[in-house]
Parts: sequence; structure tokens; C-alpha cells
Amino acid sequence: METKVATATTATRVQRRFRVLMTGSAGAVLGGTVLALGTGAVDVPVGDVVRILAAHLGGGRYGADLIGDDIVWQYRAPRALLAIVAGTGLSVAGTVLQAVVRNPLADPYVLGLASGASLGAVAVLTLGSAAVAGLSLPAAAFAGAAAALAAVLALGRRAGQLLPGRLLLAGVSIGYLASAVTSYLQLRAHPDRLAGVLFWLLGSLSGAQWSQLGIPAGCVLGGTLWLLTQARRLNALAFGDETATALGVDVARLRLRLLLVTALVTGTVIAEVGAIGFVGLLVPHLVRLLVGADHRRVLPLAALLGGGYLLLVDTAARTLARPVELPVGILTAVLGTPGLLWLLRRGDTDPAVR
Amino acid sequence: MRLRLDAVQVRLGGAGVVDGVDLDVHPGELVGLLGPNGSGKSTLLRTVYRALRPDAGAVWLDGRDLWRTVGVREAARSTAAVPQEHGADFGFTVAETVHAGRTPHQGLLDRDTAAAAIVRAAIERVGLAGKAHRLTHTLSGGEKQRVLLARALAQQPRLLVLDEPTNHLDITAQLEQLRLIRKLRLTTLTALHDLNHAAAFCDRVYVLHAGRVAAAGPPGDVLTPDLLADIFRIRAHPGTNPLTGTPHLYLAPLEEEPS
Repeated sequence: METKVATATTATRVQRRFRVLMTGSAGAVLGGTVLALGTGAVDVPVGDVVRILAAHLGGGRYGADLIGDDIVWQYRAPRALLAIVAGTGLSVAGTVLQAVVRNPLADPYVLGLASGASLGAVAVLTLGSAAVAGLSLPAAAFAGAAAALAAVLALGRRAGQLLPGRLLLAGVSIGYLASAVTSYLQLRAHPDRLAGVLFWLLGSLSGAQWSQLGIPAGCVLGGTLWLLTQARRLNALAFGDETATALGVDVARLRLRLLLVTALVTGTVIAEVGAIGFVGLLVPHLVRLLVGADHRRVLPLAALLGGGYLLLVDTAARTLARPVELPVGILTAVLGTPGLLWLLRRGDTDPAVR
Repeated sequence: MRLRLDAVQVRLGGAGVVDGVDLDVHPGELVGLLGPNGSGKSTLLRTVYRALRPDAGAVWLDGRDLWRTVGVREAARSTAAVPQEHGADFGFTVAETVHAGRTPHQGLLDRDTAAAAIVRAAIERVGLAGKAHRLTHTLSGGEKQRVLLARALAQQPRLLVLDEPTNHLDITAQLEQLRLIRKLRLTTLTALHDLNHAAAFCDRVYVLHAGRVAAAGPPGDVLTPDLLADIFRIRAHPGTNPLTGTPHLYLAPLEEEPS
């Protein structure tokens, strides 16, 4: 009887911690957004930020400070939203792919998507858009990611089944191939263009505009919502293909769908912001250390924390070295690694942090 | 539940791994599947828990054709399996692992209240009540195997399919695991390596050899010195376990004499 009471308490504690973390993260994302919108080359007081947001949500503008209104609404708001969208998308995709290939080292780029996207983008940046059938930079990046995925799915298939080991190997191979071509393009490119290439490769949110938000936001939102409904099946899949089948999961169909949806989410994000690294690897692990392995808790928290984390990092990227803007992809790793290492070390000794 | 295999055939990469197997498991029976490595035991079991479609023949569950009329999810509501497989370790607790057994029963919006009681009961039934919130990978080999059994029980199955449930366990855990399986009184088909375990715990056994059934029946009748010499290439002397009264085999290599 005593053990029963004890187990019930542990379960409730994990559940309670999950709820606290969800509420806290949601609050932090909202509060962080307001703070981020006020921070930058020109600081706008929090009160004004709120009034500007309220004015625009009501369909108007904030007449008392039109310059501040422009800065906050036209420049910082789409950028902050894009940061949240990208962080959410990459974190959710990373979490799902780790279960799909059953490898905790997987990230959203493990199937060669980032290398494919980089090839497309670098082709536009070095050869000009005419060389890639007149595609815009984001379109070329997305096409590159899609081509890489198609190749990986074709190579990772055996007897109609997508096998984790083959998928990983195919992804890594296609990644190397695309990187080789990308390097060649860089080598041949005019030196003036290399800075732009490097900036894109490290990832940047500086080009965010309202008009470009729709596609990534829609894909990330829709993709995340669908993936949340698959949390139970993801748990089953983590135990192995045979076990998942014995638990009633149509593994072949589920894996293909998960790959397509995560690729859509990742592809539309990379197309806008470049291959921002580390978020999709770090956040899933961080979240598992906080709330355990159950995807019904991991996915929603990863979505919130991922968005919040990239918002934080991007705000740091554009303010830390003012007026120079740091590539966000550098800071995701520099800021994230110590946090992850600290949690890992703590997890060894404190059973509460698993 | 009654399981019947009718001339089941599986070819993997051209070679016939299972070559026309007929097999019956009656309700409540514990049936052992024996045979040397590579005789087709695991492959045959996979056709029963719906992981591998037979190339010919049929698998019948209570008179329904598993591969032609029963979907994967519906099959998982009546048949639970513990395959020989190790997934990646993402750090699931015992309770979370066992909870996965409810997957085929739960809809998208179902609450977990009823499931929690079933999960708790399954964990208690395998004797792990105090360890529900331990991380599964921190448990001993025998306990881990019992967690997987509990997950199968959480499916509330009417047929249990086990692939070498005592593999890698020490002798205490092996006997405990088999005693537990016996005590469940579920219709069970299990692959086993140890002939004496099969002799002590199974109602009937099937001996597979090169993908075909070489013999079938109660272990005492089937596991004869001739058959064991023929299929396992060992010498055997039948006897009785004085502790349990069940059939027991004294075994030795076929050719070498003890020095």
C-alpha cells in the first residue's frame, strides 16, 4: 500500500512539474517577446511596446511614436515571430526525428536537409538566381532540401520499408555530397560574395518580413499540431519497429508520414533563416532531462522552449555586439552547450532531474 | 484465444525460412517453440504478431484470418508480443514503458484514468509495484524482462507471443520469469532455448528444424533421445526432475566422451 502511495506521488510530481514548466515557458515566451521588441539599437519602453502591439491588433498604428511603431511592428515583430516559429519547428522536428531513427544524436538535419538547402541557397548566392531556374533564395533552399529528402527516402528504402540505419547512412551520404558541391561553389565564387554565403550558412533571422512569415508559420503550426497527436505512437516507435507493430502501429506508414511532416517543417524554416544549428539537438535533450521521455510531455514543452530559446538567442545576436550583428547559429551553440552540460551533470546526481 | 497456423511459409531473400508450418495453440495452453538457431522460430513468431506477412498459408485467430481480415491495431488489442529487440534508450520509466501497452486501445482524446489502473495492475502482477517510477534501463536484466511482460499484459491480450523470454537472464531470473508466465494462465506461444525449461513449463512443444515442424506434442513424448540427436546433435537421457516431478533431460555432446 505504501509503495502505491509513493508511486502515485511521483507520477503527480512529474505531471505537476510539466504543468509548471509549460505555464512558465508560455509566460516567458510572451514576456520575452515584449522585451525583445523593445530592445535593440533604439530602445522602446515596455509600455510603448504594449501600446504599439495593442494598436496594431486593433487594426491601427501607435500615433504618439510613429518611429517606434515602425521599429517595433515593421522590423522587430516579424523577426521575433520568425525566431519563435523557427525555434519551435526545429525543436519539434529534432525531437520527432530522434524517435523516428531511434538515435539520440539525430537532429532536424540528419537526413541531409540542411546540406541540400545550403546547396540551393549557395547556388543562388554565388551563381545568381538565373543559374537555378530563376528561383528566389528561399525557394532554391527549399528545393535543395526537398531534393535531398527525396534522395534519402529513395536510398533508405528496402523491400518497401524505411529502416532507421539505412536512413541515417543515406542522410549522411547525401549530406556529404551536397556539402562537397557547396564547397566547390564557394571555392569558385568571387571573394566578395563569400561573406554573404557564410552568413547564410550560419543562419540569420535579419531578413524577417511580415510577407515571408506565412509559409513557415503555417507549416510549423500545422506540423506541430499534427505531431502532437502522434505522441503515443512516437513512444511506441522508440521501443523498436517490431514492438511498435505488436502495439498496433503501422510502422511503415507512420515513419513515412513523420519524415514528410518533419521535412516540411524543417525545410520551410531553413529556407527562410538558413540552417541554424544545435537548437534541434539541444532542446529535445534539455526537455527530456526536465520531464522524462514521454512524448506527450516532451513535444509540447519542446515546442514552447524551442521558440523561446531561439527568440532569446536572436535577441542576444542582434544586441550583444551592437552595432555588429552576430550570426545566430554561432550563439545557439555558445549559449546552449553550457546549459545542456550543466543539466547532464546534475542529472547524474539528482534523480529528480532525469 | 485459439491460434492456428495453416501451412505458413516465409521466404526471406529467396531462402525458405519457414517452410509450411501447421501449428495449434488451444485456449489457456502454454506452447513452446523449440529448435536450433536458424530453424525459423523468431520468423514464425513474427507472422503471428503481425510483423512479417507470410508468403503463403494463413494465421487464424479464433477463426479469423489475421493477415486478410484483421488490421494491425485490432490485432494488437488481442495479441501482445515481447520480441527480441532493444529500442534506443530515451529514458522511459517503468510506468511509461508499460503504459505503451495501452496504445492500441486508446483514441486520440481518451483520458488516461482507466489506463492508469490497468498499467498499475500489470506492474503489480509482475511484482514491480515499488519500481513503477524507476527508469527502466536502471533495472536488472530480469526486471527489465518483467517490465516488457507487464507492457504486454497492459494490452489485456488474449494471446501472448514471447521470443526467448529468458534470454540473457541469470538462472534465478529465468525460473522466476517462466513461473510468472505459467501463472498468467494466458494462451501463450513462446520460443525457448532451454529444453529443460520447455520440459518443465510447457503443456506442449513444437520442434522446428530447417523451417519445418519436426515433432509436436507434450514435452515428455516429443523430446526423445533420437529426436535430440537428430536435430540438436546432442546425446540425451530422459529422466524426472526430483524437485518438481516434471520431465528432465540429461544432456551431453554427441561425440566426445567425458575424460
